[in-house]
Amino acid sequence: MIKRNSIAFKLIFSILISCTALFLGIFWYNYSFSKKIISENISDNAKNLTRATVNEIDSVLLAIQEIPENIASLLEHNPYDKDELLNIVHSAVEGNPEIYGAAIAFDPYAYESGALYFAPYYYRKKDSLEFTYLGSATYQYFYLDWYLIPKELQSPVWSEPYYDEGGGNILMATYSVPFYKNDGGKRKFMGVITADISLMWLQKMVSSIKIAKSGYAFLISKNGAYVTHPLNKLIMNETVFSIAEATNNNQLRDIGKSMIEGESGVVSIIGLATKRPSWLSYAPLSSSGWSLGIVFPRDELLLDITRLNRVVFILGFLGFVILFVILFLISMSITRPIQILADTTRDIGTGKLDFDLSAIRTKDEVGKLAESFVYMRESLKKYIKELTETTAVKERMQSELRIAHDIQMGIIPKIFPPFPDKPEFDIYGILSPAKEVGGDFYDFFFMDSDRLCFVVGDVSDKGVPASLLMAVTKTMIKTMSKDASTPDQILDMVNKEIAHDNDSSMFITIFCGILNIKTGEIMYSNGGHTLPLVVQSGYKIEFLKGDSGIAVGATEKAVYKTNKILLGPKDIICVYTDGITEALSKNQELFGENRLKEEMCAVRQMPLKAIILDIQRKVNEFSDGMPQADDITLLAIQYLGGIKKTEETVIALKNSVSEVPRLAEAVRGLLKSRNISEKIINEINLSLEEILANIIGYAYADKNEHKITVSLSISGSEFTAKIVDDGKPFNPLSAPQPDINASVKERKVGGVGLYFVRKLMDKIEYKRSDGKNVLILKKTVE
Amino acid sequence: MKFKIVFNVCVLFFAASLLPAEQSNLKKVSFLPQWAPQAQFAGYYVAYEKGIYKKYGIDINILQGGPDSPPDKMLIEGACDFTTLWLSSAIKENGQGKKIVNIAQMMQRSALMLIAKKSSGIEKPEDINNKKVSLWNDVFQVQPRAFFKKYDLNVTVIPQTYSINLFLRGGVDVVSAMWYNEYHTIMNYGYNPDELTAFFYYDYGLNFPEDGIYVKGEYFRKNPEVCRLFVKASLEGWQYAFTHEDEALDIVLKYMEKAHVPANRVHQKWMLERMKDLMTDGNAAMPSGKLSEKDYLYVANCMKEIGLVNSAPEFKDFYKECPSYDKKK
Repeated sequence: MIKRNSIAFKLIFSILISCTALFLGIFWYNYSFSKKIISENISDNAKNLTRATVNEIDSVLLAIQEIPENIASLLEHNPYDKDELLNIVHSAVEGNPEIYGAAIAFDPYAYESGALYFAPYYYRKKDSLEFTYLGSATYQYFYLDWYLIPKELQSPVWSEPYYDEGGGNILMATYSVPFYKNDGGKRKFMGVITADISLMWLQKMVSSIKIAKSGYAFLISKNGAYVTHPLNKLIMNETVFSIAEATNNNQLRDIGKSMIEGESGVVSIIGLATKRPSWLSYAPLSSSGWSLGIVFPRDELLLDITRLNRVVFILGFLGFVILFVILFLISMSITRPIQILADTTRDIGTGKLDFDLSAIRTKDEVGKLAESFVYMRESLKKYIKELTETTAVKERMQSELRIAHDIQMGIIPKIFPPFPDKPEFDIYGILSPAKEVGGDFYDFFFMDSDRLCFVVGDVSDKGVPASLLMAVTKTMIKTMSKDASTPDQILDMVNKEIAHDNDSSMFITIFCGILNIKTGEIMYSNGGHTLPLVVQSGYKIEFLKGDSGIAVGATEKAVYKTNKILLGPKDIICVYTDGITEALSKNQELFGENRLKEEMCAVRQMPLKAIILDIQRKVNEFSDGMPQADDITLLAIQYLGGIKKTEETVIALKNSVSEVPRLAEAVRGLLKSRNISEKIINEINLSLEEILANIIGYAYADKNEHKITVSLSISGSEFTAKIVDDGKPFNPLSAPQPDINASVKERKVGGVGLYFVRKLMDKIEYKRSDGKNVLILKKTVE
Repeated sequence: MKFKIVFNVCVLFFAASLLPAEQSNLKKVSFLPQWAPQAQFAGYYVAYEKGIYKKYGIDINILQGGPDSPPDKMLIEGACDFTTLWLSSAIKENGQGKKIVNIAQMMQRSALMLIAKKSSGIEKPEDINNKKVSLWNDVFQVQPRAFFKKYDLNVTVIPQTYSINLFLRGGVDVVSAMWYNEYHTIMNYGYNPDELTAFFYYDYGLNFPEDGIYVKGEYFRKNPEVCRLFVKASLEGWQYAFTHEDEALDIVLKYMEKAHVPANRVHQKWMLERMKDLMTDGNAAMPSGKLSEKDYLYVANCMKEIGLVNSAPEFKDFYKECPSYDKKK
């Protein structure tokens, strides 16, 4: 249910991991630190208990030691007799309940020269005191430890514990003190004084020490033999070293050595009786040199800590479970609404705006997000509605604009050449609005048979308002030109009309010119427009000089002037709007007047239409990538006047094939000077050759010389060839269509050749007049 | 029917009468180990417990030894039939006119030794010069005195009884010990072998074989077969003990507890293992039980030199070889 990359998982995982790590860290630190503290405490307590117990035992033993020691001292410094000796022994035992028995054992012959043994001995038997003399053949006490050792060591010594054989199996120990006599300045050994004590009280005391549940104390003798131990079997049977050997425990051997050497310490061991890891605290009895050991079972003593830690751990674990559940619930409460919102967003993306977010009811950030979603939905709905309406309006406007565009283009003259019957000049214009409708216009019309009025205008704005003004202005100019004879008059009238009611403060720059096609003279007036480019004499390319004047419609008080320029043959005037010169390239460069001039220079020899189209193309290339900023308009007029109306050549040919080249030459001469292409010249020559061949071949019945007259003329763009011959009547028009699939021989006269002529020439006329065939061929050549 | 019953009853009685007869074939003997129960006598206890004596037709009664039961005295007085004694003791008895014979020499190698603490500066025999040495009495002094003579040592001799505490307390510098007993006792009291200097008389050319089985000469003459069987059973008992150490120790400890002798398993284990070393030369698990004439003469001569005895019996009179004897079929 919780996916690996969900918020819930990340949250739960990261928090739990860090909490676990933290908890474990704290727990571990707490555990080991508290353990250390407790251990130290236990260690201190152990040492204290050991010392206290040792002191308690020592106090008893040391007290006992005093008795034989006192007796020894007494005997050394005072004389004595037998009764006194017996008394001493008797009172020693009687007066000290701890003393089980006491004796004064003399060295052989030391008491009396006759007595090998002399050792009076009092001892307790039940409640009374018994007496005997020690020493016999079977009991040679001077070879026994209790006698020999203090004698040889010359100091008091505690014996090893032993069992009393008298009955009762009581563990005993004897304190022996050597006593001396001053014999002539030298200290002479006399014998040993003993005090026997029962160790039962000692065993009881030591075995009553209990630590926790299984801790205990034990005592070992100077030889390491167990004097008391909870494992009774060990007592007097084993030594700490034999146990070490039996259990292969070198550590125990070392501890044993340390103990019998009178050292104190606390060590870690595995307890003999408990078999559990424990501390052993040991200290020597200063009296007898025996050693007390107390075993502290580690786990029992640490039980509280262990239990505490276990509880803490369990609590921690429970805490985690609870934490987990809480985190899960919280993260669910966050991620579920977010998931809902995510799904909803998807729906919105597909257009479904009617979603239900009522499931998210929380007041937190997620709830606010849900609220925002609902608000967004409402806004989206409203926006879409408005957008739809606006789009509909826009589309309507678009289509209206398109219609307006068509209308606007409709009112600009578009047909070229507009006046084919007026070959005195050539005119071509283009208008390319920046938007659907624009503020530029051009117009031209004849004011009378000789005077062509041409205007180019640029309304101060773009778009629909400009286009309206443009239409008004264009119409106004045409209308008012009827009452004007000079361009400045036209501008003046138009200006007054427009400036009068100019609420929108729009104006138009206008260049108005009147060309006299007979003379080539142009009268022009400029109303704030860019001065047109003029090409004269084939190479002089300059902008028209003069002042710009004031834009039309700006102020009623504007004054306009008329200037004149004379165009020679082939001279061109090119009027343009600033859409050309102010076209921007991608590098923010302006096309500029110089570039226009250069371009014009490059293309000036071309036909007028080609020039205009080339300039337009050049501007488009220049501003490629940038949107068209302004309307582009170009209107150019090339004056052709000074050329004969028709050029005519008449050539008389004999009816001989050798005359044909002459005709061709004449055709070439006429057409070449008019820049007619080779292709057309050849077509014409081919046709003429064919006609001539037919005439020469088939027109005459006789072999006489005949005359064929060919008139060649060009009028405007039309070439005419009139062929007159006096042969038999033959109308090539009535000749049947050739069967071009038939072979050459089979074909009738006037077949393929005439087929070509009909194809190549635009118009063929035939009449028979005055006994002559008159064939007229026409072809448009320009 | 009635006849059948009567007949069966008779048969039963007859059979029953035979049984004691079978049992009465067991020879009753008494055996006294020369000291209190310990692994030194493991073989005998084991042989008894495992019924080996019974197998050889011996009904043995093992007496309790100790300081109150001197073996030589009790053997002479007939308080026991068999006992164990040191070779030197037996020679001494014979020297005093008590006719006892050796029917098996159990220990081949002497276990007697001297021990000193390394911390007292004694590391070689010469270091013992002018030191205090404790010696056991009587025959236990033959080897030491020879040793002192050999190394020209001047020592103060202190009598040693049943404990080594005088040595432990520093009352003497050198103590007498048996390898199988006191040596390990010192270890049990905290001394590591590397803290002790040990002088084995065996290493110094003073090898007196010790324990052997002895009977009165008379008894041997009257019961040669019983003696041989006794020896055979005892040797077998020892072999079993050597090859079944844990079981043997259990048996020994049982006897020790019964006799209220302080018992310590590791000590008895040491003792049993040393017995093996002393009895079998380490290789064979079965002790040979043989006494070599050379050893006998050597010991006898040493004793004569010290003056413990004036004369010793002939070898053949002293030693009655039994171990190789097989029961005549």
